[in-house]
Amino acid sequence: MSSDRYKGYRGRSLDCLRKFDAGVWSDVEIRSSRGDFRGVILPRSETADDAHIVLKIHNGYNIGIDVDTVESITEFGRIEAHYKIPEKEFPFDPGKPNVKLFGTGGTIASRLDYRTGAVIPAFSPGELYGSVPELADICNLRTEKLYGVFSENMGPEQWKGTAEAIGREIENGVDGIVIGHGTDTMHHTAAILSFMVQDPPVPIVMVGSQRSSDRPSSDAALNLMNATYAAARSDIAEVMVCMFGPTSDQYGLLHRGTRVRKMHSSYRSTFRTIGDIPLAMVMKDEIRVLKDDHRKRRKDRTVTVNTAFDPRVSIVYYYPNMQPDIIDSLIDNGYRGIVIAGTGLGHVNKPLYPALKRAFDQGVHVYMTVQTLWGYVQMFVYDTGRDMMDLGVIPASNMLPEVAYMKLCWALGQTMDREEVRRIMCTPVAGEITEREPHNGYMILQGGIPEVEEFISRYNR
Amino acid sequence: MIRRLDETSPSDYLEIGLRSGLEIHQQLDTEKKLFCRCPVLPYRDDYDAQVLRHMRPTLSELGEYDGTALMEFKTRKNIIYQINKNTICTYEIDDTPPFELNRQALEFGLEITMLLNCKLVSEIHVQRKQYLDGSIPAGFQRTTILGVDGWIPFGDRRINIIQLGLEEDACREVSDRGHLRVYLTDRLGIPLIETVTAPEMRTPHEVAQVARILSNLARASGKVRRGIGAARQDVNVSVEGGRRVEIKGVSRIPEIPLLVHNEAFRQVSLLEIKAELGRRGIGDTDFSHKVLDQTGELAGTSYPPAASALKQGHRLRSVLLRGYSGLLSVPTQPGKTFADEISDRVRVIACLDTLPNIVHDGGGGESFSGAEWEILKRNASFRPEDALVVVWGSPEDLETAVGEIAIRAREAIDGVINETRQSLPDGTNGFERILPGPNRMYPDTDLPPIAIGNELIGRITSGLPERPWEREERYVTAGAAPESARQMSISPLRDLYDEALKVSDYSPGELMHFFLSTLSHLKKRIDVREVPGDVLLHVLSATGDSGLPLEAAAAVLRSVCIPGGINISDALKALEIPGDDEIRKMAGDLVREMDTETMGEGALARRLTGMIVEKSGFLAKGARVTEIVREFIPAGSEFAASSRNSRR
Repeated sequence: MSSDRYKGYRGRSLDCLRKFDAGVWSDVEIRSSRGDFRGVILPRSETADDAHIVLKIHNGYNIGIDVDTVESITEFGRIEAHYKIPEKEFPFDPGKPNVKLFGTGGTIASRLDYRTGAVIPAFSPGELYGSVPELADICNLRTEKLYGVFSENMGPEQWKGTAEAIGREIENGVDGIVIGHGTDTMHHTAAILSFMVQDPPVPIVMVGSQRSSDRPSSDAALNLMNATYAAARSDIAEVMVCMFGPTSDQYGLLHRGTRVRKMHSSYRSTFRTIGDIPLAMVMKDEIRVLKDDHRKRRKDRTVTVNTAFDPRVSIVYYYPNMQPDIIDSLIDNGYRGIVIAGTGLGHVNKPLYPALKRAFDQGVHVYMTVQTLWGYVQMFVYDTGRDMMDLGVIPASNMLPEVAYMKLCWALGQTMDREEVRRIMCTPVAGEITEREPHNGYMILQGGIPEVEEFISRYNR
Repeated sequence: MIRRLDETSPSDYLEIGLRSGLEIHQQLDTEKKLFCRCPVLPYRDDYDAQVLRHMRPTLSELGEYDGTALMEFKTRKNIIYQINKNTICTYEIDDTPPFELNRQALEFGLEITMLLNCKLVSEIHVQRKQYLDGSIPAGFQRTTILGVDGWIPFGDRRINIIQLGLEEDACREVSDRGHLRVYLTDRLGIPLIETVTAPEMRTPHEVAQVARILSNLARASGKVRRGIGAARQDVNVSVEGGRRVEIKGVSRIPEIPLLVHNEAFRQVSLLEIKAELGRRGIGDTDFSHKVLDQTGELAGTSYPPAASALKQGHRLRSVLLRGYSGLLSVPTQPGKTFADEISDRVRVIACLDTLPNIVHDGGGGESFSGAEWEILKRNASFRPEDALVVVWGSPEDLETAVGEIAIRAREAIDGVINETRQSLPDGTNGFERILPGPNRMYPDTDLPPIAIGNELIGRITSGLPERPWEREERYVTAGAAPESARQMSISPLRDLYDEALKVSDYSPGELMHFFLSTLSHLKKRIDVREVPGDVLLHVLSATGDSGLPLEAAAAVLRSVCIPGGINISDALKALEIPGDDEIRKMAGDLVREMDTETMGEGALARRLTGMIVEKSGFLAKGARVTEIVREFIPAGSEFAASSRNSRR
């Protein structure tokens, strides 16, 4: 008998099922010391205990039955579930733009996994059309599953592979690219793709969802529609993130791949452009451009793909009382680059200085960013800043720490020459460093203040 | 066939095969909500912010779309949630995953599950029950089953309890017009229990009686919230040959009988329509309808609803129903016909909610002119055996509307459809949505299962209160009158009463009278909300020990509980119980001062007794006082005559 018959059951609950010759999807009556229960045995989450059998009773509810109370199980038949998103062939319309959707995993398109009780990714054009038919009004869609990993498991191999896949599709003449991605590290991937894929002629839009698509209020469908619309129609030929603007189902925002960050662990409107304003708003049948300094869509099919990457880089999030051994251990472990997220304008404490000097002397490239996220590194204002620059720490302007990390990996993948690395790091490639911060680039509205309360009472945000 | 409630006998209901069950929702009296730490506060209508959401159907874990879900998706509603920052956090608006299930709510719920004699589950699994109407921002309600297969006694039989669930409460609807539905979120997330009975009630009145018993049981636990909106009933109704229809949101038990009655006969009427269609030879495969745009033809109409729609640029279509002649005029509920069933669907699903939203050729009342009907009919190839429905609206809504008209008309071939219907104030009901099935249930992947161990069960069992019917039986066995026993068994003072029986020397009967009657009069007289339990017991014990009547206890409580009252022992010392001589003296004095001419004999005796009892600080026993005052009232004479007059 296949192990599927006992999906997720182990130890005592597995023994119980075997003893009474019942398994997953068996339609049974269980006699127990707490009474008799009729229903269908469901797979059990592998992380749950081995003391219970899960039963779906007639009204759709699931209950657990303690195996120690079970006196007998009678099987009447089997009712197996076939979980399938209705698949319909995605229509082709020669008058519509062609969009390619790459899947890397995450919850943009997903279904439930009974064994883990978790949501697992699943998508094909047919499935997407079956669940979000509106996509066919926007474009001709083709999909390709590059990876099936949660976003925390994305790494250099996947980044390189994705960049190369993008390059191929552009050469194939696609009008726009959408990349489905888990949201946790979407901004890391957006940053590295911004460096690896330079000067693309078409939009490259990353998208995910904060509420999985197995729930009615999911943001997945609208995010996918917005991202697809932006890829098919927008004039912005950059790597972007397209996610909810407010928590309300209203519009999406297009964020520049190097300036975006996930700012809330669970909110729909978690992505924010930091230190600037978003590129555009995406609404139904409309893209409202907010910044016109973006790269424009082109007809040619030329793109520079540079997948250089050296993973021997770390981010050090500085805290008061940090000991120099943190830096020392990075040096000793062969790291070639360190991005510090310093306090304020870019500071660390004095006890770290000798370690920083040692790093410099050993050829480690050290860059300073700010843990305030908003604002520029400015190491001239205080002596401490100047002291650090003397130790070879290089200010990374207003690059976000994660972005500086990705760029340093990319730079070190190309060269170890100190000056050349510095030139790459300090020369903006895709908006990761900006010359100026607009006055409305820093905007964290403080709840409770009358004018803010007035704002949120007036607009559905 | 429809008929009046008061003209229908139990045997009539037996004949039509009425079966009815209840789903009772009661909020639990917890401090916090079920899945977040928001406080449970009184309802309020003001709000600080609004959030907009849409709902999309998703697959159930068995791979099916739920019918209700698809219906709601057709409505394309914008859903607005009004949020008050004091009662709503990011969880309720579905921007934060759930926190651990509220243990207090779980224990309260388990207690009531046990009181209902249910089998307890060993492990609870939180599920997501889809609600695409938007009543919950997540699009689903988190819900879990605590027990199944319970029962309560009902006369000489039992009513079975199918299940008891613990779930989070939904939003309150503020308005629903066109494609915009607005909800207040103040009660969202409050823990509630849902008790589902088997469909074992046979008359409308039985349904109300069972609702009362269940309500009393929950109250007896002391664990449910009281007040407006804290308890709501859904009533399931079917008749022989019909199907289960759920009438939602009945807030008062006395409304139940008429609602059940009207629904039963609505089903009877629908079955008659079904039978008639059968006679006409129209089966599911023979159903035929024809939709036609007739905007141009009716451009000049003066029928106001259609004229104003056309003026807005809306369109008008006719739906020809082959062989349906006369059926749309068949009464289904008081003041309603089968055409209202169709109109309801158009209103709810196509969102054409300005009424009337349809007219039909057999409708009567204000409508298109005779000439216009002729044009409509001719264009639609109408024959005398057909029915013609006309509907108007924006092109998108109209598309949905004509579809729904055909769907509802075709469903008549099948008789009664599983629907969720809304209770209306006049005792009738209206369509709300297609009844959802088990396909709308999903496991909640955000929360792990929780084992209900023997230790927890043991702890709750040991503190389980007596069920009201058990208590009632105990009182009757002890000699109480059945009605008093019933009242006492559900009184909030029932535990205090039992305690008083133990600590005082009074008989169960007189003590029950004291608790059910004397005490509430006393509270009203001295205008206090509560007499503290310990004070009550102390006083009853002391007056009983001293062989004093219960009136003495009342007198003491009165001196103690008034604002600025004295302490119990002083009040006991101050008791002056009048002897017969004192009563005679008071009676003599009062009679002299009173105008006795106009009063009857009995009235005078009652009046004097009342005054003397009050004057004695309620210590003089009423019966004895009456005996004495009668000595002062001359028998016969004009008193007796006027007494007869006054009785006329």
